[in-house]
Amino acid sequence: MTIGIDLGSRTIKLAVLKDGQLDSWQVVESSFKPHLQSQELLKAYPAKNIIATGYGRHLAKKHFAQGVITEIKAHALGARHLFPGCRTILDVGGQDSKVISLDANGKVSNFQMNDKCAAGTGKFLEMMSTSLGYELSQFGEAAAKSSGNLGIGNMCAVFAESEVVSLRNDGHSPEDIARAVHMSVVDRVAAMLERIGIAGELVFSGGVANNRCIAELLEKKLGRTVFVPKVPDIVGALGAALHQT
Amino acid sequence: MSEQFQVKADPELWAKLDMDVERFSNIPPMLTGVFNDVFLSQENRPQGMGYFDNMVSNIFTGRIQEMYDAREEGRPVVGTFCVYVPEEIIHAAGGVCVGLCGGSQGSIGDAEKILPRNICPMVKSAFGFKVGRICPFFQVVDFVYGETTCDAKKKTWELLDEYVPTHVMEIPQMKRERDKKLWVEEVKDFKTAIEQQTGKDVTETELKQAIETMNAKRKAMQRLNDLRHHDPSPISGRDMLLIQQIAFYDIPERFTEKVNELCDELEARIKTENYVAPKGTTRLMVSGTPMALPNWKLHNIIEKSGAVIVNEESCIGTRYYKDTISTDGTNMEQMLEKLTERYMQIDCSCFTPNDDRIDQVIKEYRESGAQGIIDYCLQFCHTYNIEAVKLRQACEKEGIPFLAIESDYSPEDVGQLQTRIEAFIEQIQD
Ligand code: SF4
Ligand code: SF4
Repeated sequence: MTIGIDLGSRTIKLAVLKDGQLDSWQVVESSFKPHLQSQELLKAYPAKNIIATGYGRHLAKKHFAQGVITEIKAHALGARHLFPGCRTILDVGGQDSKVISLDANGKVSNFQMNDKCAAGTGKFLEMMSTSLGYELSQFGEAAAKSSGNLGIGNMCAVFAESEVVSLRNDGHSPEDIARAVHMSVVDRVAAMLERIGIAGELVFSGGVANNRCIAELLEKKLGRTVFVPKVPDIVGALGAALHQT
Repeated sequence: MSEQFQVKADPELWAKLDMDVERFSNIPPMLTGVFNDVFLSQENRPQGMGYFDNMVSNIFTGRIQEMYDAREEGRPVVGTFCVYVPEEIIHAAGGVCVGLCGGSQGSIGDAEKILPRNICPMVKSAFGFKVGRICPFFQVVDFVYGETTCDAKKKTWELLDEYVPTHVMEIPQMKRERDKKLWVEEVKDFKTAIEQQTGKDVTETELKQAIETMNAKRKAMQRLNDLRHHDPSPISGRDMLLIQQIAFYDIPERFTEKVNELCDELEARIKTENYVAPKGTTRLMVSGTPMALPNWKLHNIIEKSGAVIVNEESCIGTRYYKDTISTDGTNMEQMLEKLTERYMQIDCSCFTPNDDRIDQVIKEYRESGAQGIIDYCLQFCHTYNIEAVKLRQACEKEGIPFLAIESDYSPEDVGQLQTRIEAFIEQIQD
């Protein structure tokens, strides 16, 4: 048994691998002391081999993990395991987004991360859903109800927030605005993907991939199938568990 | 030794230089801490680094005193911001040349009170040092000789002139014959400006001597860089960066001697297989914008992630010493011509086209035995940033792993950079 644990900025993800196959998993909100919280979670498992990834990987190594790999490599391993034809990965998490290119053998050949900015991340969606009065979990559904083509000009989360407020004041429906917000995230990540070049199957992972509306708009925008894992949050943790096995 | 290292203070000297002494007094202890963490925590450093550590220890005291004394003797002390400004002429006139590029986050706030925020941190840091009176080098110079390389610099000179006399040399943007002609004229004006300061003409013998001195310095640095290319590495990238930074404020003759001594030691180390990183350590090369003191951010992250840096293609790196001046010139006119020929070989991204640089980067990649290139671009440096696109294309064609990084001096993106660099190392190792 191997465990992969992904200490992200917003959540901790854990994937348990038995005989090379995913056996069980967990996704929990992370607290101020992610390593203590992780150790608490790990108590339930007898595994000796724990590989950490994510922002907290070095902290995990210091306290309990046997090895670390970066999110980039972890996603490559995880996505390839779930979709053997995968050559391109889009991962949109709470605080950042990244695109990864794999060669024919599944080896990372290039990657790009969206630094320093909330645009095109889960954080952006969360801020916008709050200002529109939606629960984050219902935000995608609301957007999917709209068929409008309202746009948001501002990529910067701070400016986009006030733009959302003024769109509301102009009388646009919350659904239309929600769709516009979703579209802005899609435009942003599509640009990242086009910059790096899309080859093979495109796998969409990370918490934001749970939002069906983003995946559908992205498919439309790119004109190609977007493969979303059943539990997109745990691709990194799964990849970590697959490392060295 | 690490317990003893200390960046020294000399409030009396600083007061004579009209510095904000109270504020500046916080800097030496801070730098001591950072230096301990970045440099002295390394294991098995060459003995010869002792001299360079000492140069850091004396950075705000002993070395400043030397420059202060030179100024008192009537020797011109000139501050520069670009490796295009011909140091040989300053040395020929008996002067002191010091690079004033800023590499510290600490003075950015001072600069942003005046300058727009969205310009290169190097320019902001330097300007802030002057505005806040918190850089003894800036305080000790007679004047600054700026240039028209990038927009951020050339427009900042207009503002800087209010604080310290600032001359500007026009550097062409292209390298055609007529551009070279223009630049020879600029070099002559530069010589005149220096002569006006000293009140006497630079003689042919003096210039010849200065050219030889600077050639010897550049050759010593070439020798050092060749040795550090050995696999496994006999010296760390951090130590190499430090030496290349010190090249901009030390006395050339003394510096050359110490670099050569270090080279002798590295030769002996290679013979006895005494290295700083074991065989198999990932070897990376850095290219791009200069890293001015005390900007050790990227090197520190890379080497603490387990790789070793084996080359810096940068103005605080090979671009400073890859070319020497032909000594064929016998009269003043010829010597200045040979000098400008050498300087025109500097492949800065401010020029267009600048394909020579792409070739040079690939050449250095091969010579250094690197396994990947990290291209470093200071935030808002448009020329290097755009040129990174071409560099990436060239690397893709050659099958060279390439990572472009854009960053500033703030600690905010350290976590993010760490992830990207570790992922790049994994990519190379797999
Ligand atoms: S990068 Fe260009 S502008 Fe900057 S010091 Fe080098 S040559 Fe001068
Ligand atoms: S790094 Fe770029 S923007 Fe900054 S001073 Fe040098 S050339 Fe100008």
